[in-house]
Amino acid sequence: MNMITKIPEAAAVKAEILEKYPAKVAKKRSKSMVVNDPATVPVVQANVRTIPGIISQRGCCYAGCKGVVLGPTRDIINITHGPIGCGFYSWLTRRNQTDPGEVGPDGENFMMYCFSTDMQDENIVFGGEKKLRAAIQEAYDIFHPKAIAVFATCPVGLIGDDIHAISREMKEKFGDCNVFAFSCEGYKGVSQSAGHHIANNQIFKHVIGRGNTRPDGKYVMNMLGEYNIGGDAFELERLLESCGITLNATFSGNSTIGAFENAHMADLNVVMCHRSINYVADMIEKKYGIPWFKVNFIGAESTAKSLRKIAQYFEDPALAERVEKVIAEEMAAVKDASDEIRPRTEGRLAMLFVGGSRAHHYQDLFRELGMKSIAAGYEFAHRDDYEGRRVLPTIQVDADSRNIEELHVEADPAHYAPRKSTDEMETLVQHGYEFNDYDGMMTEMEKGSLVIDDISHYEMERLIETYHPAVFCAGIKEKYCVQKMGVPMKQLHSYDYGGPYAGFKGAINFYRDIDRMVNAKVWKLIRPPWLDTPQITAEFASA
Amino acid sequence: MSDAVTVNPCKVCAPLGACVAFRGVEGCVPLIHGSQGCATYIRRYTISHFREPMDIASSSFAESATVFGGSSLFSTGLDNLIRQYKPAAIGVCTSCLSETIGDDVALFLREYVASRKDVALPALIRASTPSYKGTHMDGFHAAVRAILSCIVKAKGATVANQVNLLPGFVSPADLRYFKELLADFGLDGILVPDYSETLDGPSWDEYHRLPEGGTSVERIASSANSAATLQLGRSLRAGGGAWLEQTFGTPCRRLGLPIGLRESDAFCDALSEISGHPLPEIHARERGRLLDSYVDGHKYLFGKRAVVYGEEDLVVGIASLLNEIGINPVLCASGGMDEAFKEQVLAVTGDAQRLFPGEMEVLSDTDYDTIFARAEALKPDLIIGSSKGYKMARKLGVPLVRVGFPIHDRIGGQRQLHVGYRGTQNLFDLICNALMQAKQDTSPIGFMYV
Ligand code: SF4
Ligand code: SF4
Repeated sequence: MNMITKIPEAAAVKAEILEKYPAKVAKKRSKSMVVNDPATVPVVQANVRTIPGIISQRGCCYAGCKGVVLGPTRDIINITHGPIGCGFYSWLTRRNQTDPGEVGPDGENFMMYCFSTDMQDENIVFGGEKKLRAAIQEAYDIFHPKAIAVFATCPVGLIGDDIHAISREMKEKFGDCNVFAFSCEGYKGVSQSAGHHIANNQIFKHVIGRGNTRPDGKYVMNMLGEYNIGGDAFELERLLESCGITLNATFSGNSTIGAFENAHMADLNVVMCHRSINYVADMIEKKYGIPWFKVNFIGAESTAKSLRKIAQYFEDPALAERVEKVIAEEMAAVKDASDEIRPRTEGRLAMLFVGGSRAHHYQDLFRELGMKSIAAGYEFAHRDDYEGRRVLPTIQVDADSRNIEELHVEADPAHYAPRKSTDEMETLVQHGYEFNDYDGMMTEMEKGSLVIDDISHYEMERLIETYHPAVFCAGIKEKYCVQKMGVPMKQLHSYDYGGPYAGFKGAINFYRDIDRMVNAKVWKLIRPPWLDTPQITAEFASA
Repeated sequence: MSDAVTVNPCKVCAPLGACVAFRGVEGCVPLIHGSQGCATYIRRYTISHFREPMDIASSSFAESATVFGGSSLFSTGLDNLIRQYKPAAIGVCTSCLSETIGDDVALFLREYVASRKDVALPALIRASTPSYKGTHMDGFHAAVRAILSCIVKAKGATVANQVNLLPGFVSPADLRYFKELLADFGLDGILVPDYSETLDGPSWDEYHRLPEGGTSVERIASSANSAATLQLGRSLRAGGGAWLEQTFGTPCRRLGLPIGLRESDAFCDALSEISGHPLPEIHARERGRLLDSYVDGHKYLFGKRAVVYGEEDLVVGIASLLNEIGINPVLCASGGMDEAFKEQVLAVTGDAQRLFPGEMEVLSDTDYDTIFARAEALKPDLIIGSSKGYKMARKLGVPLVRVGFPIHDRIGGQRQLHVGYRGTQNLFDLICNALMQAKQDTSPIGFMYV
């Protein structure tokens, strides 16, 4: 099993995969499968509609809006307006955690609940507005929440219920409860991504800026695009606190509506998952003058880098010093863990097909384990997440995305306050800061690796057959199929039952979990379909 | 339950049930006509229970399809599915979206078949599954009926030892048990569906496009020739068995889900009658051991109070078992919407009214919020149902015995055996042990010997 062979060449593998498709499908898929070159970064077709009948990883707009962005906020009552399934399936299935603190789990924590209007035949035929209005009223009467959010599912758009008018009406009626709605019908856009955008827009319109409380602290920032899967946000909160940095709002791991309302009181926005939240970052900057930049707290090295970047932004040597101290302390344990584990993982292959940022971020952790990410792709990202934001002006918006509203945002006459002067910003840029920017996954992936957008089930199987990687990362839908092929599969949506994986302690957890997975005895007991081919641990043929 | 808002639903949506049923036909891929989100959600949800691959295709509606209909997306979807999987069958079901816009899938299918005369097509099965008209159980039964009505075309000579078994939404382990039992009676059983292997298969030593297993299209096609159809579940009225009977005269017997001694007896009696054989020795001994264990365990059980929830037929079966072992099912609840549920529960728990008068509630069309509120008032000793009851069990500090679907916080939901003497034995032991452990854990003394 230790025989060293050449890794099959990506271009040949691609050709072989496409061969099995009908010409039209092959042509379309070909554009979404590219052999990477970090120097030139080829164009990847992304954010286009999945071909019917091709089994995809993607979910729907509603899933991105209700499940992903709004799901982790504990004190908003989320009512799904639609038949029962959509709401049921998005009920606590993402493992995002929350800490209701003093209030206790019975307080204003509605994350354990699934609220639905459970539409019936007569609501479809005669309209569901009456039922929705009554449902909002009931939820308000029982729980007296600070906010109620309404989410439209596919049938709602068709029968034409005006969820926004009803929300406005109920908000006025209650007086002490913010009610707002999301037209996130599942058929909009091509994936969850449309739902992220819709969520961003409505939070910006209806929530951000309603408060005026700034937390105590010298260095106050928001973290965007961190969803507290497996407790990631808890770990980052601890880390930032030990550095003396104050976290104002997190979008939206371990979050509250109150923190969202005060988001504009911070001095910096850092962005973790660019795909799901970049709109909010941009809009806050335009309206309130808060700059944003991209960070990555997945991987110990990336965490250290991100912390330094934040410290430098605040331009205070005392902060920089404190951050260095924290990094040094935390890194000691990281090094011990990696020294122990790395010999067992070195040189092995990983593949990552997940989400809109994790397929990129987690490559850093694999690098720290000495593992090679030979193929990766996102489920619902856009070209900018692959190629970097510099390609934004060249992205063609197709019919599927055209209908998703772009909010027009202007500087707020009362509250716009640039956090840095133009000169200060320029100096930072000269020091290598990239504001409002993201370089994308491909600039950091090796030459000759395969980049595949919206990978299909069939393509995934072919990749495994060809490379039999040491670990394949995706979601639960892929998990058991991959494992039937004798390859351990790590869930990067829900982390299986592990985590946190963010920050330094998270990195150690990840090293250990991957070690446990790839070196588990069970893989030696089963006879995988590809047993006759030796395990591949080597360089790229074309590198 | 409050009127307009459902809080923590005790039911899932119709296409989920249909997709599970379709996986019980050999070489069948389900396709949900609608937006891809439904297919994705349903895949992820079934997979987290069965821990097996579960491919479900979608016609991937675009916004424009909501205006112009999904006909062309539908046929592209079929084309691609056939090309990739070379399936023996495709099980088409509908989402709320395609139902709302009124897509005529039957027509689409006819047009599709007509336009592809020159190619060999898989069996095409179609079930209508709008979730605003029913739960996952309605979807399941609609699919079973559709599997039969789309595949069975004619009746030949009756085969004396051939029976159709429509088992309902049971676990793969239950299906394996049924097959074994039928074979031991000398019966050739056609199970519709049979996902005992497809949704609980061994690890692979060769690649499979689709997991092996399931009842083949050919076998299903011959089901009109069976001596009888056994259709399990008291809740089902116009199921696939009724269709076979009306269309081909294949006699259909309706029985409860065989959980507990009496319901299992009724089931085995029917098998005995059809096959002309007595209960086979090995099963007779299992029955005997079960009875013996009832005797051994009665001291731990009698007078205990249980909350049971889930699919109607499962709840009725469990209630029947509880009744015979002296546990009072103080609350029997289901998200299913059939008002006959109450009568069905009462039919199997008749003497509970005598033993524990006025102490049993039956709720249909309910949600977990309501079940929990009632449970808090009723103070049960244990809870029996899916993983969704965990929060309630934890709050009340009583054990949860996990049965049915979904079980996503324990391993082995697909291997949980519920039916027949053997399944009853399994449940009986689980229930006894859960109560014994609860007693032990809450005792200040901590007896080791109970
Ligand atoms: S739209 Fe209907 S079919 Fe789709 S997930 Fe929702 S309830 Fe289920
Ligand atoms: S009906 Fe629409 S909103 Fe609901 S799960 Fe399906 S695609 Fe998503």
